[in-house]
Amino acid sequence: MAVLASVTLLVLDYRGSRLNSFRSLLAFAVYPLQSLASLPVDTYQALTGTVISYVELQKENKRLKDVQLINDARLLKLAALEKENIRLRLLLENSFQLGEQVLIAELLSVKLEPYEHTVVVNKGSRFGVHPKQPVLDANGVVGQVIRVLPNSSEVMLITDPDHAIPVEVNRNGLRTIAFGTGQPNRLHLPFLANNADVAPGDLLVTSGLGGGFPAGYPVAVVDKFEARPDKSFANIYATPKAQLDASREFLIVWSDTNPVVIDQHAQTPQQQFSLQPPPQSPVSQPIDKKQGKHAGQ
Amino acid sequence: MPDNSRLTVVYFIATISAAMVLRVMLLWPELAPFNPDWIALALIYWSMAFPERFGVFTAWTVGLLTDVLTGRLLGQYALIYALIAYFSIKEHRRLRQFPVIQQCLFVFFCLLVSQSIIFGTEIMKAGNRLTLEFWYPVLTGTLVWPGVFWVLRNIRIMARIA
Repeated sequence: MAVLASVTLLVLDYRGSRLNSFRSLLAFAVYPLQSLASLPVDTYQALTGTVISYVELQKENKRLKDVQLINDARLLKLAALEKENIRLRLLLENSFQLGEQVLIAELLSVKLEPYEHTVVVNKGSRFGVHPKQPVLDANGVVGQVIRVLPNSSEVMLITDPDHAIPVEVNRNGLRTIAFGTGQPNRLHLPFLANNADVAPGDLLVTSGLGGGFPAGYPVAVVDKFEARPDKSFANIYATPKAQLDASREFLIVWSDTNPVVIDQHAQTPQQQFSLQPPPQSPVSQPIDKKQGKHAGQ
Repeated sequence: MPDNSRLTVVYFIATISAAMVLRVMLLWPELAPFNPDWIALALIYWSMAFPERFGVFTAWTVGLLTDVLTGRLLGQYALIYALIAYFSIKEHRRLRQFPVIQQCLFVFFCLLVSQSIIFGTEIMKAGNRLTLEFWYPVLTGTLVWPGVFWVLRNIRIMARIA
């Protein structure tokens, strides 16, 4: 009987999302266990953070201030470029999407299955997270949300063997798809011809095709180009830009134009901010209609 | 003794929870591929020691919780643990008499069957390119079984539950 019940559940869960509420219910029972499993590493990190020396703190502070200064200067230029870009796009009568919303989520130190590259973060459906959302860190694309529970969500990394991400070469706009390999620092690009204009050192960014990932975020750097004259496609490998095994904090991105409904008790406005504030210039008025829902959050 | 049976249930829940924590804990990232299925080991012990108290249905419930814990399709671990509990309960008289080596052999086959079922569902889900690493937990699980057996047995003796 148990076997029958299991098989029924398996088929139901495989076919659709009818069991999601049931899973959420059970998730409340196992969430404390996940937090408990994450506790030793978290405590270690907290301790090393507390007993850091004064000199080191000062050094870090100075470094961060320098970085902040450089980033501010870059942002100044970015604002001008953004306006120019919008004007040019308007001339071409092209639509343009700006103002992605992000939410900071912390990693739980748990490993779900030894053979998968999946991580758990501490923000779930109570914060408005939904499946297929892209996840970034400070350096590049990390992966995408594959399952959402009330208090946590599972993120598939771009290095998982089941994961593929549409990318383009930043230098010349050549589009292709990058697959995960199962190794923590390797991506595979199997669909480029032997004479493709790709060289080690090229930056791969998201192309925005397929609609899953917003365009223009760095994904990986090509590190090996292996031409195979006997086959129609070359073997190209790339190293992810994001620090997949070192990052503790990730950004979950809302890039689609649909507004996200958020429980007011779960989400304070300070926690969510706009990565690039929507432009205020009169030139961008027609676009603001599309962006209005975004900006209103 | 009603008090005793309640105590047994408390210890059962405590050890299974500990096994679940161990299952998803990530202390040394290098050792992660070798992390054995602690929950299955704990279940084998408990269904061997108390076949009249913890049945197939208990194992099925634990399996359902494990599915949610590890983000599998609901029912995968439920099926596996129900099968493991069924065989452990069926063979519990023989298992208790077995020397450790033979118990290890039994555990090895249980884990092998379990991993094969996971292999099946993973293939169903997607054309997963699983490597040889996928089978490591079967071996490590067998190797840690004497330790798990010893610890759980001592817990049982210390708590004076029979």
